[in-house]
Amino acid sequence: MTDQNVALMAHLLRRAGFGASRAEIEAKAAQGYDATVEELLNPESQPAIEEDLMYRCHPAYNHSGAIQVNVQEWVYRMINNPRQLQEKMALFWHMIFCAGHSKIDSGEEMARMIAMFREHGMGNFRDLLMRLSTSPAMMYYLDNTESHRVAINENYGRELLELFSLGVGKDEDFNYSEADVKVCARAYSGWSVAPAYPPFPYGRSPWEFRYDPADHDDSEKTFLGETGRWNGEDIVNIICKQPGTARFLSRHMYNFFVADEVPVPSWRMTPPKDKAAIAALEKAYFDSGYEIRAMLRTLFTSDFFKADSARFARVASPAEMVAGLMRTVGEHRGEIKPGIFQISEEPKYMGMDLMNPPTVEGWHTGHEWIDSGTLVERINFASEYLGQTDLPGVKALIDRLTAQGPRLSPEAFVDGCIDLVGCLNVTGSTRQSLVEHAQRQGELRHGTDAERGEFTRRCGEMFQMLASTGEFQFC
Amino acid sequence: MASAKKDNVFAVLSLSGGNDGLNTVIPYTNGLYRDYRPHLGIPADKVIPINEELAFHPAMAPLKTFWDEGKLAIFLGIGYPHPSYSHFRSMDIWHTCEPVQVGVDGWLGRAIQEIDPKADNVLTGVNFGRGLPRALAKAGVPVASVGDLETYGLLTDIEGQDQRSQALDVFARMYGPTVGTGYALSYIRQTGIDALKGADILATAPGKYTSNATYSKSTVGGYMKNIAQTHLANFGTKILYTTSPYNGFDTHANEAVLHNNLWTDVSNNVRTFFDDLRGHNASDNVLLFMFSEFGRRISDNGSGTDHGAAGVAFAVGEHVKGGIYGTYPSLQPSEQEEGGNLKHNLDFRSVYATILEDWLGLSSAPIIGGRFDPVKFLN
Repeated sequence: MTDQNVALMAHLLRRAGFGASRAEIEAKAAQGYDATVEELLNPESQPAIEEDLMYRCHPAYNHSGAIQVNVQEWVYRMINNPRQLQEKMALFWHMIFCAGHSKIDSGEEMARMIAMFREHGMGNFRDLLMRLSTSPAMMYYLDNTESHRVAINENYGRELLELFSLGVGKDEDFNYSEADVKVCARAYSGWSVAPAYPPFPYGRSPWEFRYDPADHDDSEKTFLGETGRWNGEDIVNIICKQPGTARFLSRHMYNFFVADEVPVPSWRMTPPKDKAAIAALEKAYFDSGYEIRAMLRTLFTSDFFKADSARFARVASPAEMVAGLMRTVGEHRGEIKPGIFQISEEPKYMGMDLMNPPTVEGWHTGHEWIDSGTLVERINFASEYLGQTDLPGVKALIDRLTAQGPRLSPEAFVDGCIDLVGCLNVTGSTRQSLVEHAQRQGELRHGTDAERGEFTRRCGEMFQMLASTGEFQFC
Repeated sequence: MASAKKDNVFAVLSLSGGNDGLNTVIPYTNGLYRDYRPHLGIPADKVIPINEELAFHPAMAPLKTFWDEGKLAIFLGIGYPHPSYSHFRSMDIWHTCEPVQVGVDGWLGRAIQEIDPKADNVLTGVNFGRGLPRALAKAGVPVASVGDLETYGLLTDIEGQDQRSQALDVFARMYGPTVGTGYALSYIRQTGIDALKGADILATAPGKYTSNATYSKSTVGGYMKNIAQTHLANFGTKILYTTSPYNGFDTHANEAVLHNNLWTDVSNNVRTFFDDLRGHNASDNVLLFMFSEFGRRISDNGSGTDHGAAGVAFAVGEHVKGGIYGTYPSLQPSEQEEGGNLKHNLDFRSVYATILEDWLGLSSAPIIGGRFDPVKFLN
């Protein structure tokens, strides 16, 4: 049976990172839950990814204009960054502050934006919104570069409120009016990008944020009931004070770290799954003066996060699926070798084209990750890797099964695999199907070379079948 | 008059990367073409003339045979207003028919939903290639996406025929209906059963197929063959889709060689594809459409061409009324699209409208986001 401390640690590392090998999970469990949470929350306490090595082995990662190369570097970081929560927060913000390469057309700008999320994603929310509002890629993506004092473009002004901070509404009320959108857009007039060179024939050069006071509407404005000659920064300050912002951020965190929620457009009318959890996160937001790290601490140390009901309560996103598997089986970890490009393309095949979300509203999460095409990709990818019994992480699992004794009953074998592959929660009927399959092949032994060969084969096969279950699609 | 029939099949070959229309259908007698293409202009004695003004690229001889048969429609100056020069965005626009807002659903995803509203056949739409193109994406519309038809299926990494079929047996049982598992898991299990069903059916296609046709070993050759195999297996598939290797047509450099190779490959395989279908008496209900997300810059850059605007597209089929649709965009500087590009005069949605209305028998406006004058290129 699964050790409860190990199962809880596996849960934490799946959510606050991209999973881990069995040995890492057990080591962290021995170190203690709260200590591990603090490590995750304080990335500088952990060694950084070895950038020198990474850039030496992949010189192309350095300031690449090609989007595929930047996605590849990011997936490499997801698998290898010892500061796992940093990388997870970069993904969290990328899924909310959506900007996509389809319009930006510069891999380097996309990577700069992700790097900003990585570096500041656990900081102060007010600071993060300012960085977002001065991100050249975002200013261009949402047409703020087209917004002028005499001709306002409302795109950024609207999405800042609707998708990046307040949300349309909560508790059936609206959080802002159409007039607020217009004012918000006016406050951001003049927030633009230094001339971006056309990409050809020499490739894009880095963009710079530029504020042009002459192009800014400096008139008096009333925004969310407050009147003044507001500029973009004042808008951020007012936004951060709103209960709607606390609610919106809390629900996003819950959806990303705890359990799948209803889609964002339903949040105005549909109350949170766990009102007390959301209230605790909202309180952490205000008590700390908008510190994201404080909200995360509240979340990871709470009972609602640790509860059994939160385990495997989210459908894993493709990025979590791919990076998580690599970390579990020990492939493309540490060692830098060919093949990482193909791995980095996998999330796209599973419906998550990283750095290129379908729209500013981002990907639809939860069960919407799954369709008949993406499910085949997920199952085949997972079973391909979990079935490779010579990969270090897989071999380690087989060694542990071997160590359970000279003979293993089919039931003990199935339960051992379920536990080792990731402390999975499988339904009774799934377990029953697997046990019946194992029973047909009989008791497992590993005394002779021939028995050891068959033992290894059956372990690989059972891991593959577990990878194909519906339950394995969750995280 | 074209009449949409229930068993009509629509196939797409997407030419990814931005095909150089100017060197595909070449205005070979136009002096401006010579001026703008000092390095990449195809000499007049090498082209394959269509008429006094236009000619095919020399590599397109196999495609020209369809022209001679009167079964090739050439769409000139095809594009949309306010062109995007980004591969991704422009391809999205062709996929979603949403040139202003960023759209989520694909036009063929919507079409599949209209053809098979209850998703009775999990193979109404089939894509060949990894990952689903946006054109086929629509929530609730199952579309199989096949990387390799010869090995397509679930748990393909399990070695040994017996082991794999046992594993699939277990899979079918694990995904069988169970009570009280929650919405998401039930949904995933239903999807898994659909996928397994689709894979089981598709896996029989190569075995059913006998043919003397020789497709090339290229990606396009492989997938055109897979499209033929799937069509000939009579699974009721109505929409078949594939994409040439990603961004292959993005010929910024070394275009003279690359473009020649690309069109040799495409032309040969399209010819082989129709010969294959004709050999099986199965070409009558097939319409093939080829397009690219944009054309390329009028001036060459010494070795290649950069991203442009209007381009060319083609339709091939027994019911195609061979001919030229749209007009060749002017090369005159005053009549160019901003940035030295060709200006479109034929909206791609007009061609889609005809395909939807006259071939698939669907109402086009809800699918392509409004009314567009159809281009009457079907008999």
